[in-house]
This record gives sequence, structure tokens and C-alpha cells, in this order.
Amino acid sequence: MNSRIGYIAFNTFREAVRDRVLYNLIAFALLLSGAAILVGEISIDIERLVVVNLGLTAVSLFGVVIAIFIGIGLVSKEIDKRTLYTVLSRPVRRWEFVVGKFFGLTGTLVVNTFLMAIGVFLALLYVAHKFEKMDGWVLVALYFIVLQFLIVCALALFFSSFSTPLMSAVFTFALFVIGSLAEDLRGFARMTHGLGGWLATTIAYLVPNFSALNVISQVAHGDAVPGRLILYNSLYTVLYSAMAIAGAVLIFQRRNLK
Amino acid sequence: MLLFSMAGVMATLYVIDHIRRGSVAQEALYVRSSKTLRRLSLGYSGLLADIYWTRAVQYFGEQHHAGSSDFRLLAPLLEVTTELDPRLLPAYQFGANFLAPKPPGGAGLPGAALALMKYGIAHNPDQWRLYYNLGFLYYTELKDYAGAADAFAQGAKLPVTNPFMPILAARMAQHAGEFETARMLWFTTYQSTRDSTIQQNAVEHLLALQVDEDVTRLEQVVERYREQTGRLPTSMGDLELAGFIHGTPADPKGRPYKLMPDGRIEVQNPESIFFITKGLPPGAAPPQPPRKTQADSK
Repeated sequence: MNSRIGYIAFNTFREAVRDRVLYNLIAFALLLSGAAILVGEISIDIERLVVVNLGLTAVSLFGVVIAIFIGIGLVSKEIDKRTLYTVLSRPVRRWEFVVGKFFGLTGTLVVNTFLMAIGVFLALLYVAHKFEKMDGWVLVALYFIVLQFLIVCALALFFSSFSTPLMSAVFTFALFVIGSLAEDLRGFARMTHGLGGWLATTIAYLVPNFSALNVISQVAHGDAVPGRLILYNSLYTVLYSAMAIAGAVLIFQRRNLK
Repeated sequence: MLLFSMAGVMATLYVIDHIRRGSVAQEALYVRSSKTLRRLSLGYSGLLADIYWTRAVQYFGEQHHAGSSDFRLLAPLLEVTTELDPRLLPAYQFGANFLAPKPPGGAGLPGAALALMKYGIAHNPDQWRLYYNLGFLYYTELKDYAGAADAFAQGAKLPVTNPFMPILAARMAQHAGEFETARMLWFTTYQSTRDSTIQQNAVEHLLALQVDEDVTRLEQVVERYREQTGRLPTSMGDLELAGFIHGTPADPKGRPYKLMPDGRIEVQNPESIFFITKGLPPGAAPPQPPRKTQADSK
């Protein structure tokens, strides 16, 4: 990563922190500590299961909401405030600006996820009194959640490169929902024949597959996650994010900013 | 002002809850289709299953507490829970204990309980507890001893199992030693859970079994006394003097058993030991655990 991308990323991260994005951690901490105490009372025998399910679902949803609402404003806010012209008047290329913004937002989300992960493990320790070997798989689920954020960030950035913030939020959220139902979409594609089938299959493979990145239920039961899935999910995320960022860069480079 | 309105909101909601008491329970199940729920959950079906499981336990507890015999939502709640997360084992155990027994102890749906256990075994074939629960159902509710023997035998073959499983399988096959078998079943139920509702239910059944066994044995003693002396004993002292018993036999609560003039044995306070089938006054129904009536809860 060149230094210009690094500066833009760092500034994006600093701006997000200044915008009190990390305040969501307070809500998360309250939710998880309340739940940890409650599940001890009402979820006999499945305390660990509930804490993992609730904790990881909250980490995922909090992060997706942040990724969408910050991601859609990354470009438009700079245009509205006219700070983009100051940045681009310096020796910064447009693609460096987009990539820097992407890394800045994903950095924010990684820090946010790291702090929430500490909360999840503390809640686990509270209900189970000790860590077990299978708790290690929770880390894999958290890693997949971060991969999910990378794709959502890239999509938000892609839509915000040509659309209004409101429409970008709608598009990104819609793709998140469709991507979460990717398995159903693929099943539908398999049942359809002819041109419709071909179209459905193409769409099914083009929308992000968030269901493959969701192993929350699996790790909640202490099941192992295959190494190959970790490898291919990582590869898929890098390629999908690169595709969305490349699209964003292409549009942004052709965009008339006057 | 803020605190005042906050307190006002909570107080008003409390009143609304009381006005809508009847409808709240019916609303416990918003969506019955687990397929729809799974899609609506956007992949977070584990958490949704936990929520439905909590709803099932709360629903049963509330209905039971309110003295209602209507548990019609228990089966669909447990079905949705287990379809969202087929590996949520406590839900199957809860179903085995409270779906099949007749109201007010349960929902009176042995068919639904059986289907739930079979679904559980299909998705968790390595869990001995599910085979145990299935055998338990066959034995206690359906009186199908061959089915129970088969379930226990299958559970006994698993690499991780309970040492009682092969014994239970053999006993079912012989259909022998009713009290001992039932005691073993309720003891295993008690041992295999941390759910206090299920544990309490098991303890009450174990106490009732003790009474049923004591009364059966004492009435046999009375019969033997009558055969030897040609008359019925007038008190427990007569049995002790004849060397049939030692000391005054008492129920698990410590109250001495009563010898009735017709030779029957009765417990002193039938209402204090639930589920007993023997030692009751003629025509009396087995006592059930006390519950708050609708009037009490208002």
C-alpha cells in the first residue's frame, strides 16, 4: 500500500472515530452483559450456545449497519464538504482516494469487531466459567464476519460512487439481504430452465454469497470449520471486494466532479 | 419530567399487559413456518431458535402457572425451535417430558412428542439422550414396551452412552420389575438434565414411586397376616408384633402410613405427594402439583 492510500485510510479511520462510531460498543456491551446475566437464569444447558449466537449475531449486524451507513457517505460527504477537491488537488489519484477510503472503513470495522470480540469472550467466560478448545472456532466465525464487512464496505463504496447516499444504502442493504439468501437463490436457479435458468444462475453467482460466511450456528455448537472453507472464503472475499472496488474506481474516475 | 413519563409508560404497559393477558399467550407464535422464519432470519437462525426455545419454556411455564390446561402452542413452538436448530437438545428433552403427559401436567400430545423425538434422532443420531427420551415416551405414555426396548437398545449401542441404557433395554424386553424400571427411568431423567422444571418433575415422580411401592408391599404384608391369623390387623403394631415389619413405616415426607379397617394402606396427607396412584382414599384421583388459579394470579 503506498503512503497516500495509508494517509487517506488513517484519516478515514480518525474521522469515523471522531464521528463517535465506536459508541455502538456501549450498546453492544450493555446488550451482551444483560444477555449473559439473563441466559444464566433462563437458558439452562445452553448458556454458551445462546451467548455465542447472540454475541456473534450482534457483532455481525452492528458491523453491517456501520459499514452501510458510513460506506455510503464516504464519497458524497467529501463532495458536499468540498474537501474532495482539496485532496485531489494534491498528487493523489482518484483510485488511491477510493482504495484509501475502503481501507479506512474496514480498519474502523476491524477495530470495532476486535473490541466486540473481547466482549463476546468475556460473556462466554461469565456463563461457562472457563474457556474450552471449541471456543477457538468462535475466532473463525469472527474472521468470517470481518470478511462479510469487507464485501459490504466495498459494495457501499461502489454504489456511493454513482448514487445518492439514500439510494446507496437501499442498494447495499438489498444486496446484503439477497446475499444472505444466496443458497435459496441458487436452489431457485437450479429449478429454472432455459434463458430464465441461465439468467437466475448468473445472478445467483454475481450477488455476494453471505450465507457461506455465516458459520455462527456451527461454531455455537462447537463444530470445527474446515480449513478449505477458511481459505476459499478468504479468496472469495478478496476477489469480490476487488471487483466492487474496481467498479467504484472505474465510475469515480469517469465522474465529472465539477 | 423524564422520570415521571418513564414511570408512567411502564405503569401503563403493566395495565395493558393485564388487559391483554389472554391474548399474549396466543401471540407467542407469530410465524409457524420454520422455512419462512429461516429465510427471515437472514442466516441468523441459531439466535432465532434460541428465542423460540425461550418462548416455548416461558409459554409452558406461564400456562402452567396460570392453572391452564391449554398447551396447544407448545408443540408448534418446539417444532419451530428444533427445525431452526435441529441440534438444540434441551428442546427435545423438554418435549419428551411435557408434550405427552395429559393436562395439566403436559399438553397431552404423545403423537407430537413421538414425532419430535424421531426428528431429533434423525438429526442427532449419536445422542443417547434422545434414544432415552424416546424409550421413556414409549414406556411412560404409550405403554409400548417393545418400542421402548428398541429405543433403549439403540441408545445403548452408541459409543457415548449411559450405563443404565442396556439395563433399561433388557428390563423393557422382559417387561419386569415395574417399580425398579420406573425408578431407573426417572433417576436417569433427573441425572441427565440441569433444567430445574424437569428435575423437580422427576423428583416428584420418584417420591410417588416410593409411596406406590411401599403401599403395594404393606398391603401384601397385611394379606399375609390375614392368611396366617385369619383376621385383619387392627394397627401397624400388630404387624410389628407378628414380625412382618420393623418400626412404623412412613412415607417419604416422614408421615406414618395409615392402616385402614378394611386392610388397605393410605397415606396421611395425599395432597402432599403428587402423582401417587396407591395409598389414596377410594375414588380419589392422583394429586397433581399445585398451581396458581386464574383468580390468584389476578
